[in-house]
Amino acid sequence: MLGLSAQEWTAVALSLRVATVATAVSLPFGIALAWLLARKDFYGKTLLNAVIYLPLVLPPVVTGYLLLIAFGRRGIFGEALANIGIVFSFRWTGAALACGIMAFPLLVGAIRLSIEAVDRRFEDAAATLGANKAWTVATVTLPLALPGIIAGAVLAFARALGEFGATITFVSNIPGETQTISAAIYTLTQVPGGDAQALKLVVIAVAISLVALIASEWLGRRAGARVHGV
Amino acid sequence: MLTVEVDKKLGDFTVSARFESASGVTALFGPSGSGKTSIINMIAGLMTPDRGRIAIDGEPLFDSAAGVAVPAHRRRIACVFQDGRLFPHLSVAHNLDYGRWMSGLPRDEAQFKHVIELLDIAPLLKRRPGALSGGEHQRVALGRALLMKPRLLLLDEPLASLDAARKREILPYFMRLRDDTKLPMVYVSHDAAEVKMLANRVVMLDEGSVAITGGVELL
Repeated sequence: MLGLSAQEWTAVALSLRVATVATAVSLPFGIALAWLLARKDFYGKTLLNAVIYLPLVLPPVVTGYLLLIAFGRRGIFGEALANIGIVFSFRWTGAALACGIMAFPLLVGAIRLSIEAVDRRFEDAAATLGANKAWTVATVTLPLALPGIIAGAVLAFARALGEFGATITFVSNIPGETQTISAAIYTLTQVPGGDAQALKLVVIAVAISLVALIASEWLGRRAGARVHGV
Repeated sequence: MLTVEVDKKLGDFTVSARFESASGVTALFGPSGSGKTSIINMIAGLMTPDRGRIAIDGEPLFDSAAGVAVPAHRRRIACVFQDGRLFPHLSVAHNLDYGRWMSGLPRDEAQFKHVIELLDIAPLLKRRPGALSGGEHQRVALGRALLMKPRLLLLDEPLASLDAARKREILPYFMRLRDDTKLPMVYVSHDAAEVKMLANRVVMLDEGSVAITGGVELL
């Protein structure tokens, strides 16, 4: 189909799976951390903030290398996790972990901004109506921050889809297991005459990203209309 | 019976108020910047006094000496704010139900119907707050406060953001409410005419302290 080989379609499907899982799994953590950074003052907040943003400024290959040390088969956590059946190294789950971590700063950043923008007077009103902290967050803060949460999730998805450096360093470039669109394009450009084939994948990558951005815009506008109460 | 004895330093302004309020409507009256809203926020539990005591019917809500500070969500004190603060993402019906849900109260059809009628808000139930006029917004906010079955109702300048015509439209609802319920209310205002119409007791504030207390003839 579309002149792509089965292996290339596998790469497209794998990219979508990796980016979806990376976004879905990191979203609850992202929301929790964004709320903490937006609404709480605590010891070590600046450090936590810096650590979350680190993948954005580190060379991706460094993040991949650190993941290898931490979650590789003989890594600091990798060995213990392997004993309970969770293996990241050279698996698609490792690609999802790498993508999730690389996308995390964008996710937290967007959600944090939208939570900071929620008028705290609504939270006060919820408290006088009998809502404790947790219920206030669940029924007032997060619904009002929804446009930003959607924007953050789509940004993270798009970032995860395009991740290359950390993924290839951490889990290599194994067709059918860890070879995402980016890695497949890279492989094709390394063989003589492969660039024509690479172009097709490039078009698909552009198309997926465009659809994601348009969907985010549309969802964001719908959520925005809801939030503004019309 | 509400007892308030609080001190709170806010920058170089100090609120230091002592008063009691029995049944009926007690007005906290004074110019803007006299500390009215701070006192309301301390009673509601949204602001913590530096020291003092706040109690309803002898039950302490805040007592710095005894280390008591009941959080806002467990005080069962409803507020109607100047800006209404209906949740913009919820329909009017869901806004009205919010306090009942969060306070874990069973649905009370009779009360719901009564409040809807008292405030004439039946036609608004399906709307969202963004589609309400200022007067409708405040009536729904008042309904939301009543439906959580509070033991005290705090009204923080609920008419101040409305124009004169809207005020005339809403005032009768507050008077109906006052005559309809035994719920004690604290009504904050800087408008003498409003207070005269609604309150049966006045606490006059000036520069954060109680200047004088008495009946509406003080105004």
